[in-house]
Amino acid sequence: MKKKRRTMLYIPGNNPAMLQQGGVYGADSILLDLEDAVALNQKDAARILVRNILQSTNFYDSEVCVRVNHLDTPFGLEDLNEIVPLQPDAIRFPKTETVEELAKLIKIIEAIEDKHNLPHDKMTIHAMIETALGVQNVFEIAKFSKRVDAITIGGQDLTADMNIISTKDGSGIDLARKMIIMAAKANKIDAIDTVFVDVNDEEGLRKETEYGKQIGFTGKAVINPRQIDIIHDVYMPTEEEIRKAYRIMKEFKKNKKAGIGVFAIDGKMVDAPVMTRAAHVLELANIDFDSI
Amino acid sequence: MKNIIGREVPEYIEGIGEIDMFVGAWEKLRKGWMDEKTISPPNKAKMPHQCKSCLTFEEAITNSSPKNGMTVSFHHHLRNGDNILVRSIEILANMGIKNITLAASSLNEIHDPILKYLKDGTITKIWSSGIRGEIGKAISAGVLDIPVIIHSHGGRARAIHTGKIDLDLAIIAASAADEEGNATGSFGKSAFGSMGYAGIDSRYSKQVIVVTDNIVEYPCVPNSIRQSFVDYVVEVDSIGDASKIATGSTRITKSPMDLRIARLGAEVIEHSGFFKQGFSFQVGAGGASLAVAKYIREKMKKAEIKGSFILGGVTSYGVDMLNEGLFNAIFDVQSFDAAVCSSLVENRKHIEIPAALYANPYNCGCMTNKLDVVVLGALEIDLNFNVNVITGSDGTIRGASGGHSDTASGANLTVVVCPSFRGRLPIVKKSIHTVVTPGETIDVLVTERGICVNPMKPELEQNLIKAGLNVRKIKDLQQEVEAIVGKEKEVEYTDKIVALIEYRDGTIIDVIRQVKRNG
Repeated sequence: MKKKRRTMLYIPGNNPAMLQQGGVYGADSILLDLEDAVALNQKDAARILVRNILQSTNFYDSEVCVRVNHLDTPFGLEDLNEIVPLQPDAIRFPKTETVEELAKLIKIIEAIEDKHNLPHDKMTIHAMIETALGVQNVFEIAKFSKRVDAITIGGQDLTADMNIISTKDGSGIDLARKMIIMAAKANKIDAIDTVFVDVNDEEGLRKETEYGKQIGFTGKAVINPRQIDIIHDVYMPTEEEIRKAYRIMKEFKKNKKAGIGVFAIDGKMVDAPVMTRAAHVLELANIDFDSI
Repeated sequence: MKNIIGREVPEYIEGIGEIDMFVGAWEKLRKGWMDEKTISPPNKAKMPHQCKSCLTFEEAITNSSPKNGMTVSFHHHLRNGDNILVRSIEILANMGIKNITLAASSLNEIHDPILKYLKDGTITKIWSSGIRGEIGKAISAGVLDIPVIIHSHGGRARAIHTGKIDLDLAIIAASAADEEGNATGSFGKSAFGSMGYAGIDSRYSKQVIVVTDNIVEYPCVPNSIRQSFVDYVVEVDSIGDASKIATGSTRITKSPMDLRIARLGAEVIEHSGFFKQGFSFQVGAGGASLAVAKYIREKMKKAEIKGSFILGGVTSYGVDMLNEGLFNAIFDVQSFDAAVCSSLVENRKHIEIPAALYANPYNCGCMTNKLDVVVLGALEIDLNFNVNVITGSDGTIRGASGGHSDTASGANLTVVVCPSFRGRLPIVKKSIHTVVTPGETIDVLVTERGICVNPMKPELEQNLIKAGLNVRKIKDLQQEVEAIVGKEKEVEYTDKIVALIEYRDGTIIDVIRQVKRNG
């Protein structure tokens, strides 16, 4: 079953207690952050800490990603040298703007992997779009390499780059959100929404997550573990959706045995896209397709 | 000798005498009665129209004829805002009274100033359900020659009934009282809610003083303390700081870890088989324990379940659930929140109960025996599910037995919620410093790293596994925790026993030894 990415929990790379507990909150992904969460004078300490944590800590079922610093900073290369050999599930690359810099990143990653006799197809890359230029190039970025399996939007930086005021309704970055989703969907990869910064506004979080789900985001970044349950709740299909998906998949199995590709339920045609959607619903509801 | 749960408890202890060993949580109750005789309350009389009012607190205490070797009792309903206990002891000490047995239903940090009276022989013996702050440290360091006795809330009522705690003077703080001593905690500027722990003291103590900062016109109604038991009444400027009664314990935590554990705890309850129409429920205040109520509240609404009663220390959260119709009644032995008071006065389904009705195992209807689900905390828990709620990681006394063992013994489902470690300190451990609540009364442990079911409850384990919860063996969890935080440095003790842990039935389940000083 494809891994769910409804929630991606940011954990500052310089906070040992939070890093150690990262896996216990049930987030689909956790993101050990070496970039914006870490002050300039703590970059080295955070890198060493995250390196050690990756080797010693059980993150249970969560996917583990590390956000490195950009290659334009003095820290980016050092981050990759330390982290790539440990092969977390993914590297998140901030402020991705062009395919050229993505090519440079992948080249460095693969060189490190070669040095350590590691495969090139295990650790994936999440390209983070945080500038207007990145948004303009997002389709090419999403398409560039098979290693890129998620596009994420960094709302705070994008707002700053666009020189607009951040509003709760997110109207300023709405187009960017949709362009990123479209680019991701066109390349069959995940699109992850930006964080909701007011951790005490549970209703606001719910509303924004519902909107994100509606326009096509696969999941949402999280800055406080308290936000996880609300997002999972939003992404949980309704009972009616689950029942319908269950019926579709059951019929599909039956018809497949009989060699029938397209069939109808309640007079409505069921074809490949409908089945893909049904499989996704079951996956979100934690129902194993093969157990049906 | 080692008792039935493997704790090293001597058969005889200097200053205490022969030790009645713990024989199992329910063993002594099976008979249907207790061997100890109950004592009669004192016979007292007043002349017609005799005035009970005293001009000063000193006068009231003088009138009660204090003497060396006396036992003085206090309730802890003012928790960490209490102004009365320390002042009373100071007055007694100034009068030159020595060798006092202090029978406070619990001791908090605010009582630290009495430490000097433990050192100078004013107080030589203590009964209490909880001891914190400097007093806890000093007792652990061996300041008293006679071991302190830590009892449960139900155990205290039992010990007073049997005369093991033989009260000479009860000093009862009230937020409102009349000139005859009818008294309550439910209204007035220092209102603190239920007076559940004080009632039995007023009944059994040879002398009773009601202290209030709010004399009201006769009669004071409603009242928890009746005039027929009260010898003297005195007004003081302030009985305490009501804002410190709650100490923030009634707000739902914002700690992501506590909330995570609480959510898992609520899921355990939901799938335990006891989450059904008419279930009764108790949660502790603060931390993950109270937060379980938040999730249970949501689940009850969703599943349209209506419970029977909420028991225990009551928070405004419990009152909200009563008002929403989620439960039929609240039985309130102590209120954790001043906001509870108006409900106590106005809602007849919010019922104040005395400690004996709450938890004394030796009567025919203690409320803890009717509990379906209780959620409790822990300072430490061992592989046999024995729980420590009294001593910290350094072996010193810093907690409270409270109603922990009472509710665990009575409830159909006892859920302990706690993190598997705090900072670098393991909570789930091979062996714990002190056992307060025996593992046979704990059904399930809920931590952020997994849920462990007592092997004595295989059916519960199956229910939780079926629900897809992360059920694992407690030994595996303990080993994982040890791998994360490392092995703890052993605390070194001397042979001197500084406290006894009395189980609710009066037997001794464990002892606390003096912590060895470094160097």
